[in-house]
Amino acid sequence: MAKQKGKGSSLWQEFSKGIVKQNPVLRLVLGTCPTLAITTAASNAIGMGIAATLVLVCSNAAISALRHVIPDKVRIPSYITIVAGFVTVVQMLVKAFAPQLDTSLGIYLPLIVVNCIILGRAEMFANKNPVLPSVLDGLGMGVGFTAALLLMGSIRELLGSGTWFGMTVTANLFDPMLIFILPPGGFFVFGLLVALANKLSNTDGTKQVAGCAGCPMNATCSKATGVEAVSCADCGSGSAAKIPASASAGEQKEGDGQ
Amino acid sequence: MIKSLVAVFLAAILTENYVLSKFLGICPFLGVSKKLNTAFGMSTAVTLVMVLATAVTWPIYTYILVPNRMEYLETIVFILIIAALVQLVEFILHRYVPALYHALGIYLPLITTNCAVLGVTMLVIQKGEMYASFGYVHALVNALGSGIGYMLAMVLFAGVRGRLETCDIPKSLRGLPITLIAASLLAVSFFGFAGVVDGLLPGALF
Repeated sequence: MAKQKGKGSSLWQEFSKGIVKQNPVLRLVLGTCPTLAITTAASNAIGMGIAATLVLVCSNAAISALRHVIPDKVRIPSYITIVAGFVTVVQMLVKAFAPQLDTSLGIYLPLIVVNCIILGRAEMFANKNPVLPSVLDGLGMGVGFTAALLLMGSIRELLGSGTWFGMTVTANLFDPMLIFILPPGGFFVFGLLVALANKLSNTDGTKQVAGCAGCPMNATCSKATGVEAVSCADCGSGSAAKIPASASAGEQKEGDGQ
Repeated sequence: MIKSLVAVFLAAILTENYVLSKFLGICPFLGVSKKLNTAFGMSTAVTLVMVLATAVTWPIYTYILVPNRMEYLETIVFILIIAALVQLVEFILHRYVPALYHALGIYLPLITTNCAVLGVTMLVIQKGEMYASFGYVHALVNALGSGIGYMLAMVLFAGVRGRLETCDIPKSLRGLPITLIAASLLAVSFFGFAGVVDGLLPGALF
């Protein structure tokens, strides 16, 4: 993919692909739990985004540096341990410097451990690539995650409480619609945003199975459900169809090269 | 005691539904809720692991981490316990209850990274710290209720999705987007239970 181009542009690609083309939330549909749960306000979205980005960058760097050390068979537990370590650090930092954010994110802050985006990037990228591209990949995915969260958080906060980052915006336009900051509003706004992303990119939504493309458990899952030939059996085929083909194939080749 | 246990159980199923109001375990919810039997198998395995994980993590937190002032290790300890426990359950089922293993075994490896399981172990710890009367039994009942609530949401939704398959849906809404919107409507319907549970057992627990 990047052979003809300069080194700089390939690194830039690693960074930028996560923001739009392979946006983890809207295109790969990963990390849906925090996306739905904490986007009741734009400030929560930013806080969650930054915390997850921090963990993602650190864990990608560590996993990439240890990629020749970790035995293949125990890699998932090893990744989980590494990620959990960084999550604990971030959790303590947030508790110390932003206690208010800690209260509003609540249990979703420690749950970054099981965020599919982080394990997914470790499995799909960091364990096949050197440290620098992995860091940039993590940073790009983190920025994409934050941007998607901010978009959803802004929509829900504007419609649901009539404010944006706590500032009153729509006081004279309409009454806030509480439903948007309640759980159903989360599903609704997310559904419409995914529909919009599919429309803009001409993706066939029926091929899209939530989270399967970048999910670290993809292989296990398609094996599991393949027995009964259901949804996640589309996992393997679905992912190829869904991620812009060039990008995913390129990533694969690059990984094999190293 | 019994009254408060019933309140915890019903609240966990209906008003604190993990999928529809806490957004935990959304990936498997959207991934395997297409067919009734897989939805049922997955959620049975989740319920089993939830109860077992809570049974192990609660005492470890209360009797090992708290006395040693190591509460900050909660995340890392819990996720490792869950990962080990899932492996262990898989081995035991494989060795002694092959029939059950064939029904549930395929879902077990997927559960380690299911945030609903880690979520329930952490939420019961939080509740235990908030309310003095919330003890080990309450935690176990809460975990069981959460699992059954998960199953309820999955099974209900499998039916909804079965009907969606045959509908004529605008092109860009097909697949995942319409599924999410349907989930939003199901979540609205679960709001109706808020009053029921509160009214049925006023102040039973706290």
